Amino acid sequence: MSAVSPTIVRIGAHSVFGRRRGILLFLLPLVLVGLAVLVRALVGEDLRSTEDTLYGLGLAVVVPLVALLATTGVLAPEIDDGSISYLLAKPISRHTIVASKLLVAWACVLVFGALPMLVAGLVLLLGQPEVGFAFAVGSLAGGLAYCSLFALLSVMTRHAVVIGLLYLLLWEGLLGGLLDGVRWLSVTRWAAAITEQVAGQVTLVDDLGFTYAVVATVVVVVLGGWLTGRRLQAFNLTGDE
Amino acid sequence: MSTPSEGAPTGVIHDIGYRPYAGPRLGEGAVAWALFVTGLRNSFGLGRSGRSKVLPMGLLALMLLPALILVGVLVQAKDLLGLDQQIVAYSTYPMTTQLLISVFVASQAPALISRDLRFRTITLYLARPARRATYVLVRMASLTAATFLLVAAPLVLMYVGGLLADLPLGRESQRVGGALVGALLLAACLACTAALVAALTIRRGLAVTAVIVLLLVTYTVVATIQGISADTGHARVGEVAGIFSPYTLVNGVQVYVFDAPHATRTPPTGDGMGVLYLLATAVTVLGSVGAMLLRYRKVQG
Repeated sequence: MSAVSPTIVRIGAHSVFGRRRGILLFLLPLVLVGLAVLVRALVGEDLRSTEDTLYGLGLAVVVPLVALLATTGVLAPEIDDGSISYLLAKPISRHTIVASKLLVAWACVLVFGALPMLVAGLVLLLGQPEVGFAFAVGSLAGGLAYCSLFALLSVMTRHAVVIGLLYLLLWEGLLGGLLDGVRWLSVTRWAAAITEQVAGQVTLVDDLGFTYAVVATVVVVVLGGWLTGRRLQAFNLTGDE
Repeated sequence: MSTPSEGAPTGVIHDIGYRPYAGPRLGEGAVAWALFVTGLRNSFGLGRSGRSKVLPMGLLALMLLPALILVGVLVQAKDLLGLDQQIVAYSTYPMTTQLLISVFVASQAPALISRDLRFRTITLYLARPARRATYVLVRMASLTAATFLLVAAPLVLMYVGGLLADLPLGRESQRVGGALVGALLLAACLACTAALVAALTIRRGLAVTAVIVLLLVTYTVVATIQGISADTGHARVGEVAGIFSPYTLVNGVQVYVFDAPHATRTPPTGDGMGVLYLLATAVTVLGSVGAMLLRYRKVQG
């Protein structure tokens, strides 16, 4: 039994790009790079505004949204129209199904999240390419964790998109900005801590250990994926409202 | 031997006394009003399932909570802290709580717009004497009214609380009046753009995401540009950027028209920029209405 099924990966990729969802996925990185060009034109090469742009728009908004769109695009439509029962009826391990679908979402995060961050980082700060690289690494780590989290949400509720957005806006956005303690339980801030460590000279988040951030991210990625598979093993299709 | 078509007809229709409705029939206006009220109630989950009430009512409660706390502080500690005006300006409040407003609009626009298209209940509406344009305008009006109630409720609460705390009546009335006009403009901008997105993406989940992404990403981009342009002395760039997010746009209009305190780094300065903001607001609202009417021309009735 292989860990990933190529067929499911192919179907998953189709379900992400075969719909209008794909347009949003292409749009988000374009906005990020576009803003990077504008900021560079306004202020030139400047570490402070690079940090603001890549963290405020990239790490905190674009990367979680790409992860949300990709993950729910892979899982939610099938659960929504009930066609997941055909997939579940096949003699494939539910963990293989989840791993294959997550692989598609992770590839999306790499292509539409991490790579645009690298490009935007290079546009903003060509003299210090390590900053752009660090943000790419950080956004990849954060993106993977978000994918696992949203995959779990997708199999737990039919309103995964709305609840995922609420979580992003209220917990990561609003409360994360107001209450400092949220950083211990905030994927975006773990990604920021990883970025800091890789880049060396940026400061994004106060007093959050690199080791803790890495461990927490890995735990969320692995545990989220495993619990999703677990939940699919006892899956039960329910009607809407 | 005879085929059924030959010979004398055997079927008879008896008149057993059913009577058609012969009373007065209400016209398009009544249909539009009923649709408007239903839409407004549905936006807050009234007349829908219990689970549909949770999100809008919860958001309304969350909108009111900070206002309630501010009023409490104002009433209790006015003399202690030496306050002689609202702690947070009326015009700034919607900007501060914009996440809640965005979630409300994004979750209710598909509920009013997308479902009729997706499940083809639109056919039933169009079979009534109301015309297509009436349906579209009334739906957008319901969403605008619901959003306005959400934005205006905390402002009214703050106003009443301010009067109870003995703030000057004339000044507060003038300020809250401007802020309510701003709230109406904001509601119109948000509701119209959200309705357009919801009409274009008829899958509910995707429509919610698209509206949130639109509002969240435009605001983040605009705020970043405004912050950087203010720091580097290119304020003009930030002022132009402000027209691309409904929140900064309407705040700018309030700064220009009502001389309200600004909530952005680069508020519009000068008449030219103020008129540009007003024009941009009109284009946002009227453009969305026009696009919606075009979109519904193609819908099969």
